Amino acid sequence: MQMMEKRSAVHEWKSNGLPALVTVVPVGLWMVLFIAVPLIYVVVLSFCSIDQHYNVVFSFTLENYRRLLNINYVRIYGQSILIAFLSTALCLLAGYPFSWLIARTKSRWKNLLYMLVIIPFWTNSLIRIYGWRTFLGVNGPFNNALTALGLVSAPLDLLFHRSTTVLGMAYCLFPFMVLPLYTAIEKLDISLLEASNDLGAHAYQTFFEIVLPLTASGIFSGCIMVFIPTLGYFYVADILGGGNADVIGNLIERQFQSGNNWPLGAALSIILILITLLLVKLYQRAGGDMKNLGV
Amino acid sequence: MRRKTKKMSQKVLSIVFCVCIYAFLFLPIVVIVINSFNATTSKPYLSWKGFSFMWYVKLLKNSVLLDSFANTMIIAACSTVVSTIIGTLGAVGMYKYTFRGKGIIDALLYIPVVIPEIVLGISMLTLFANIHIPRGMLTLILAHVTFCIPFVIFNIRARLAEYDLSIEEASMDLGANRSRTFFEITLPVLAPGIAGGALLAFTLSIDDVIISYFVNGQTKTYPLKVMESIKSGVSPDVNALSALILVGTILAVFVTQSNLFRNKGKKIPEVKKHEKK
Repeated sequence: MQMMEKRSAVHEWKSNGLPALVTVVPVGLWMVLFIAVPLIYVVVLSFCSIDQHYNVVFSFTLENYRRLLNINYVRIYGQSILIAFLSTALCLLAGYPFSWLIARTKSRWKNLLYMLVIIPFWTNSLIRIYGWRTFLGVNGPFNNALTALGLVSAPLDLLFHRSTTVLGMAYCLFPFMVLPLYTAIEKLDISLLEASNDLGAHAYQTFFEIVLPLTASGIFSGCIMVFIPTLGYFYVADILGGGNADVIGNLIERQFQSGNNWPLGAALSIILILITLLLVKLYQRAGGDMKNLGV
Repeated sequence: MRRKTKKMSQKVLSIVFCVCIYAFLFLPIVVIVINSFNATTSKPYLSWKGFSFMWYVKLLKNSVLLDSFANTMIIAACSTVVSTIIGTLGAVGMYKYTFRGKGIIDALLYIPVVIPEIVLGISMLTLFANIHIPRGMLTLILAHVTFCIPFVIFNIRARLAEYDLSIEEASMDLGANRSRTFFEITLPVLAPGIAGGALLAFTLSIDDVIISYFVNGQTKTYPLKVMESIKSGVSPDVNALSALILVGTILAVFVTQSNLFRNKGKKIPEVKKHEKK
């Protein structure tokens, strides 16, 4: 009996071992080598220091973390979180009614309407951000139109504000808000709304007590998918904010480029890693499915 | 009657709202395409001086810009092929077999999806610097493959969820060996998921700015070249190439996805027929 079991185990290994190895080892190795190892190295790096030639010295120090508390940095964290919050709010406030309309439409163009949201997202985001810069510039089409219509006497200074950056971030990440909302709203059973209405509930009551709880998963995953990337989108802050709306990503970028202090940059990225972990944990605690994150 | 007008005005309002959102989404694309035909020759190349193809002609002579575009395409093609192969094998393997460390691989796959790209960018930069791989085409491809693999796997996984393993058993019972079964049964069944994953990998690679920014060395991709020129003042041949890329991508999406509209449209009568029975 035992012999049989052993034989079948060997047989199992023989029949599954090689294919399992061939299929799983490449992806496993790749993810360990290019995701796990580098991230662990970043953590190690954040406790290192640099010598006068900007070379990394492997001696344990908390100096980088002490420097994270520098008031100028703290101000940027605050600004970064504010920008992330405003972009997320903007995406949600515009995205919810919009997703509702395209998910519930009976038009035969429904698929097209859905695709039209995704298509801009397939084109290069940097080019589109540059398009915004062109549009909003002092001599750009928007200002030209306003001046031509006589609405303003001098061109408006629209670029390089915090609000321009928020607009750009929201623009880049809008599809990430719409996709999960669309899925959640499409799944919503319309008869529940009818029942609520028949039982005499007000429209707002139906919304807050039926619709909102049932689409909460979509809201939550949309908000996470917008909030987290904005903290790192340094090029949007660069191109549209022009240094007036830096996010945490700009601080990191500077340490790995002009600043040349990699350990400090590593410590700054630990902040982003921790915020991501915290938000994902919250998301899972609230019953969110990891499968609903991403595209 | 009042109710009808209320409903009417609601409908108009929602159409106006949606049109505004679509206008917002397509506005910068339209701006770039229009401005690429601008005949202006003076900085900052914004005021409209009439219609012309001059910047498209100039573009043909701008070898630096065209080279960066070629780099982008080479990197996208290579990383799509590699990530699709690794991702397809991985998705099938992780679906069929249980093994120790599976949870770890799964968790690692989610990291590129949720973590800010800049963290991935700098972490790979430190890795490449540490093991002395010179930054360039190779590091760009390695980095792109890394962030593409999860998206390929998730795409195929969605397809696998509807997949019936017993057809593989049937194939092997009928005498096909494992590799023949894989190539003649498993692959064709998964083909739509694999194609979708590959397409996604390709666009993610072309789009990428942040990760490429850190691992490029002196090999500039097109987005990096645009970024550089935004800092130093954009010449409108960038507009011309950008317009070509934007329009090209949109056309490609329509061509590849047009069957998707049709498929979905066809599904509806089928369901109805079924209900009648």
